[in-house]
Amino acid sequence: MTVISTTTDPAALNLTVVAEFAASPERVWAVWENPRQLERWWGPPTYPATFTRHDFEVGGESRYYMTGPEGDTPHGWWRMYMIDEPRRLEFANGLAGDDGEPVPGVEPMAAHVTFEPIEGGTRMTTVSKFVDEAQMEKMLAMGMSEGMTQAVSQIDGLLTSEAA
Amino acid sequence: MDLVFRALADATRRDIFQRVIGEGLSVSTLADDYEMSFAAVQKHVGVLERAALVTKERHGREQIVRGNLSTLRRAAALLDAFEEIWIGRATKIAEILGEKGSAT
Repeated sequence: MTVISTTTDPAALNLTVVAEFAASPERVWAVWENPRQLERWWGPPTYPATFTRHDFEVGGESRYYMTGPEGDTPHGWWRMYMIDEPRRLEFANGLAGDDGEPVPGVEPMAAHVTFEPIEGGTRMTTVSKFVDEAQMEKMLAMGMSEGMTQAVSQIDGLLTSEAA
Repeated sequence: MDLVFRALADATRRDIFQRVIGEGLSVSTLADDYEMSFAAVQKHVGVLERAALVTKERHGREQIVRGNLSTLRRAAALLDAFEEIWIGRATKIAEILGEKGSAT
């Protein structure tokens, strides 16, 4: 099993996902560093990503867009805050406008990724930190599959009936 | 959301919040169970109220405090959606790593 554990903290708006891979930390690091490999997994299945820029250095920025089933192309960006190859990666991920540049007034989410060598491979831990619900909804609206929208409303419905 | 985080960072407020989820309780009922003044408990309730975690309703001379789960509920549902995205990403990474010629 690839994903070992997931932890959500609704009060702090944090999400932690731990996954293990049968490959060295250097090899797992490469799927982040190499934009051609990165774009094969970053976008959801129905919204494949294309990175037009990927300055993988501290202070460097990335630009990407995703192509949806209706031909819509939401844009996003990254800014790298910490790069400690092949151990730790910290970056901001935000929404961009049609011109590909960051949208002012919409705060980016923060992502902290660690890579630890384990027996036979690598443990990768991603921590996503959000600012508020409005930001989360905007990020989700970008390339969010129909199935995921349904999942959210189902969960909402479930919780509502539980509280009733 | 920072307000929610700060509101729940305090043990007394977490306790108050948990007690008023199921049933509404008056501020004076809540205050009876803590070794602090009525005013101090009222202050804690105020912090929870500003974070939209509880609502206050006046009943005669009493103020009834009730838990408002929708704030946390919404955040939990949104986090679950991001969790799905990351599980999908990790699964795809594993596929890429498993391809021939990708090993180093």
